[in-house]
Amino acid sequence: MVTTVEKPVNNGVNVQALVDAREALSKAPEAAQFKWRATCKWLNGTHSRSTVEGFYGLGGEQKHKTQFTFDSDHPEVFASEDKGATPVEMVLAGLAGCLTAGIAAVAQLREIQLRSVTATLEGGMDIRGILGADTDVRNGFDGIKVTYHIDADASPDDIKALVAQSQKRSAVYDIITNPTNITVEVK
Amino acid sequence: MRATAVVIGAGQAGLAMSWWLAKRSIDHVVLERGAIANSWKAERWDSLRLLTPNWHSRLPGYGYQGDDPDGFRTMPQTIEFIERYAEVISAPVRTRTEVTSVRRNGDGYEVVTGQGDWRCETVVIATGACNIPQVPAVAQAVPASIRMITPMQYRNPGELEDGGVLVVGASASGTQIAEEIHRSGRPVIVAVGEHVRVPRVYRGKDILWWMDAAGVLDQRYDEVDDIVRARNVPSLQLAGYADRRTVDLNSLTAIGIRLVGSLAGINQGKAQFSGSLRNMCALADLKMNRLLNAIDEWAVENGVDGEVDPPHRFEPTEVEASPPLGLDLTRGEIKTIIWATGFRPDYSWLEVPVVDSKGNIRHDGGVVEAPGMYLMGMPFLRRRKSSLIDGVGDDARDLSAHLASYLGNRSRSPQRVAQAHAR
Repeated sequence: MVTTVEKPVNNGVNVQALVDAREALSKAPEAAQFKWRATCKWLNGTHSRSTVEGFYGLGGEQKHKTQFTFDSDHPEVFASEDKGATPVEMVLAGLAGCLTAGIAAVAQLREIQLRSVTATLEGGMDIRGILGADTDVRNGFDGIKVTYHIDADASPDDIKALVAQSQKRSAVYDIITNPTNITVEVK
Repeated sequence: MRATAVVIGAGQAGLAMSWWLAKRSIDHVVLERGAIANSWKAERWDSLRLLTPNWHSRLPGYGYQGDDPDGFRTMPQTIEFIERYAEVISAPVRTRTEVTSVRRNGDGYEVVTGQGDWRCETVVIATGACNIPQVPAVAQAVPASIRMITPMQYRNPGELEDGGVLVVGASASGTQIAEEIHRSGRPVIVAVGEHVRVPRVYRGKDILWWMDAAGVLDQRYDEVDDIVRARNVPSLQLAGYADRRTVDLNSLTAIGIRLVGSLAGINQGKAQFSGSLRNMCALADLKMNRLLNAIDEWAVENGVDGEVDPPHRFEPTEVEASPPLGLDLTRGEIKTIIWATGFRPDYSWLEVPVVDSKGNIRHDGGVVEAPGMYLMGMPFLRRRKSSLIDGVGDDARDLSAHLASYLGNRSRSPQRVAQAHAR
């Protein structure tokens, strides 16, 4: 007798924990209040280093397992020393990381096995905005294009639905597509 | 005054419940704040037709008998249909009787109205899902020069000032209102958030025919993965025009209406639209195609495939390359904003602690947490069709059975027996 055991879908996402958290937090909205933090120190020129470690959530102070640092700078065509990614590239990286995490989670929930997921991002920008050369030009991206290549056990439409659902639930996608009030103080 | 059951609201849901209560010999009264079918009379625009075809309004002991089963009722016809139902079933309706409070009283309830108070064992809340227009907080930032109305106040384009109109929301109300206003010569922009796209007619049959036949509308609340989400899905983007045409975002852009993302904020008189329009449309297209796939599969499995037109797919929703992200509301281009952003129920009169922080009654398939209290006519209450005229009959049958057994159990409870002996 031959028995075939279907391998359970595993994208490395603990979906049960996420489902449980959603259930628990819908009853305790105060525990759902998070504060994400970063600090940044200017080093030299356009080079600075941002650090993340602590954050607040689930009713108390939390900590990453380790401190993460991100160097940002500008490339040599901007007459900089190119010691890190440009901040706008970090925005693209943030968007990609957020959408891709979402794809893995939604795929796990929908029992779709992912084999590979790659994203290519491109943000268009007219730098006359940041240079102050033309006040009609905005500083930020004039649009962002994200292209996914996904190999998974699912139909093309089901894969498209994963990507669409991930956008719907993504924090960074929301941060970029919708306005956010920013308060900057000098102390 | 006393009744075993008090039903609040004489729309289709309250009347269907009345039919079932009568069948189960449970004495009851139906209290109605206005006239029968009040919301249909006072809170709908002129050109609106029912979004479900005439045949699809089967109420207990009653149904469509005319010669246009595939047509759509105008509002006067809808009102007449429901009034006639109340008459045919001799429903004990008290009109012009507004309920101002419902509170617990002993092991029953006290229902306070402008026309006297009622004491009862059980209460059925059938006041509908669409009592108050849901207008987002951002409305407060709209410049005073712009008139703001909701679909409840909207009657026809002639009542609007000449000039541009921003319609916020792209479900059934938003799309229909946008279309008729744009045709009146007032340029329209529609802010599009989450919406549910469906064709009016697919493979020669009305979409409601398919959803009914394939059992989609009968899907039960305890069969879906996420009932909270299912109950919050926006209404189907449908219109009930005599020519059975589909009104969707593509048909709106085809006549020159401009689409923008959902209204995300207003800053110093400038409206900010979300950059998510493309994804909102992609989600709706994908979801529509999943429904059509399910319909096609059902047609093959049930031998209907050969009797209807061949399967096909609709054009994806067209979104311009860079939809506008902002609109200066102080420039005078926009004269009116219509908030087609949905409705919510009003339970301000309900003094029983069963309303959650979102303003919804906590219930399990219409059985409210408070003993002897029931809810009717809400989205996906017990079935996907629960908020449709055609859906209230099955819910009324189930809930009246629960209500009857509640009364039966109560009359057999030890406490009751002891009370009876004491007399």
